[in-house]
Amino acid sequence: MNDYIFEFPKTWQFDIGTSIDDSVKLFSRNHQAVLNGIKSNVIEVIQGIDWVLTHIPWIILILIIVYLGYKASKKIAVGLSYGVMLFLVGTFGLWNHMLETLSLVIAAVFISLVIGFPVGILIAMSKRANRIIRPILDLMQTMPTFVYLVPAVVLFSVGTMPALLATTIYAIVPMIRMTSHGIVHVDKEVYEAALAFGSTKMQTLIKVQIPQAVSTIMTGVNQTIMMAMSMVVTSAIIGAQGLGLEILVATNRVEMGKALLPGISIVIIAIILDRLTQGLVNKNEVSE
Amino acid sequence: MDNTIIEASHVSKLYGLNKKDAVKLMNEGLEKNEVYKKTGVTVALWDVSFKVKQGEIFAIIGLSGSGKSTLVRCFNQLLKPSSGKILYKEKEIEKFNKKELLEFRRNKISMVFQNFGLMSHKNVIDNVAYGLEVRGMNKEERHKKASEMTSLVGLEGWEYKPISSLSGGMNQRVGLARALANDPEILLMDEPFSALDPLVRKDMQFELLSLQRKLEKTVIFITHDINEAFKLGDTVAIMRDGKIIQIDTPENMSTNPADDYVRKFIDSADKTKVLSVKNIMITPSCLVRENDSVKIAIREMQHNSVSSAYAVDSKMRYKGIVTIDDAINANKENTKVSDLIKKGPITANEDTHISDILPIAAETKYPIAITDEEGILKGIVTKTSVLSSLVE
Repeated sequence: MNDYIFEFPKTWQFDIGTSIDDSVKLFSRNHQAVLNGIKSNVIEVIQGIDWVLTHIPWIILILIIVYLGYKASKKIAVGLSYGVMLFLVGTFGLWNHMLETLSLVIAAVFISLVIGFPVGILIAMSKRANRIIRPILDLMQTMPTFVYLVPAVVLFSVGTMPALLATTIYAIVPMIRMTSHGIVHVDKEVYEAALAFGSTKMQTLIKVQIPQAVSTIMTGVNQTIMMAMSMVVTSAIIGAQGLGLEILVATNRVEMGKALLPGISIVIIAIILDRLTQGLVNKNEVSE
Repeated sequence: MDNTIIEASHVSKLYGLNKKDAVKLMNEGLEKNEVYKKTGVTVALWDVSFKVKQGEIFAIIGLSGSGKSTLVRCFNQLLKPSSGKILYKEKEIEKFNKKELLEFRRNKISMVFQNFGLMSHKNVIDNVAYGLEVRGMNKEERHKKASEMTSLVGLEGWEYKPISSLSGGMNQRVGLARALANDPEILLMDEPFSALDPLVRKDMQFELLSLQRKLEKTVIFITHDINEAFKLGDTVAIMRDGKIIQIDTPENMSTNPADDYVRKFIDSADKTKVLSVKNIMITPSCLVRENDSVKIAIREMQHNSVSSAYAVDSKMRYKGIVTIDDAINANKENTKVSDLIKKGPITANEDTHISDILPIAAETKYPIAITDEEGILKGIVTKTSVLSSLVE
């Protein structure tokens, strides 16, 4: 009797997990050709980005960052400090790992923008789309990241591709949310004015809503970059190359110093990316 | 001929789920608040009907929550009435298809907003040209038209400035220019000057009046300021709880308020700006003709026990005043009234607002003569009647 009160009845427990595993595996086996096709294409793109990055002389890349830092903040000292920080990553011997990480981030952010922007507009415009997509976004954001690392691996096996998939799923959410938020919260009278002067829905969207939402959307881009940056490190455990892998290896060997340097490098890149995109947001606000 | 340009016919707007029940309760004569408590339905507009004549300024006044902003948005279908019709030149605008509605908004009706509704990502001229842009006019043409409008509202030289560099009053000038650029027949103005400080507001009211006279647009003007409504409106409609209580000219409204609510509203207005001299003038007690002999004039004045008489010609045109002192002195020489006429105090037209003759009334020894356009004497206004109109 006691057993039934303090322990959940055994007969009512179902092993759903195993059946999900099986169906995912089955799906992956049945669609091997398609999945491999996607995988090889995407990997080519990422390798392309990496190729471009590795063929930029390091000094040029640093100068570009100095210039962008100066443009974003209007202070030459800020630009120079970014340059020095990037130089530091080079002295750690992690330049190439940094580029690997960056190419994965760039690819993930690119996909997030290309998909996230129109989806954001869609859920801003259509109540039904909003009702369907919102809960999915909540799920994507709150689900512990390790949980969808596994199906990514099952579908694409270990390597860059599942890392990219997991990173994109994680990073796309703020892009969608902020795009939608920006468009929905355009000043009501400005929106009414657009309609009152005889704009079609499309004209209202393109000529008024999107331009008015730009600074919110830029905040979304900034957050997407930051989230991609953090996820790219976690995804090292499913085989993403770059700084994350260095940290993982060093941690497994309990080599604190070797883990610290790539850690600092990630912080440096994150700071630079954040400030540069943040600068873009502010620039848009000032011009308003 | 009926020169109605746009008309609201039994327009109601309800928000909520239980609209049917709410309509029933409203028909039973319940108040808006009670209906909300019982059904959860907000009655924003209830059975609103009126006609706006071509070329007039139709002012709608009410406190916040009276439904006036909802009402004005029905005219360009930013909001659709729950029942009732809006008729533009006898066409039902609810029945317009998408294209007709766009055409209507692009060519016939435009709107000025309380907080301007300007697009911060565009500069002044592109804001003014917005209506032309969506209409598909090419850039050169629309900029030409827009810069004309920009100068019309007094913003010459600001065309390529960003919106953020403008003051509140200038913002609304841009809003006005944008609305006029479409060359609409009807201008909807939703509390356009409420967000401006009082001095700028006065300027803008003046500007609107002179523009309206020049361009002869029909204006539907929403405001919560009774002085503004009375100053600008040819016709004023007063709203409360989504219903229209009274529609009338400012003058009739202030002399014959429909109920206590209207009276209270009007009491908050500065009466001298509304009432014209016509409302307080009295018939002159003592009239003499310029050809009469002085004897008759004296007799008239004695008979009415006054010390001065108003002299008119054979067509009742006002000539001046004759005082009893002058008349008695002149009697010995047996002269006529016309020899004794003094230029009296400045005369005023019967439509002059009382506030405009206040300074004269305070100075003058004699009552002010009131004449019409042809100079015919209509009555007089005494110092006492001017002062008592202030107290009332």
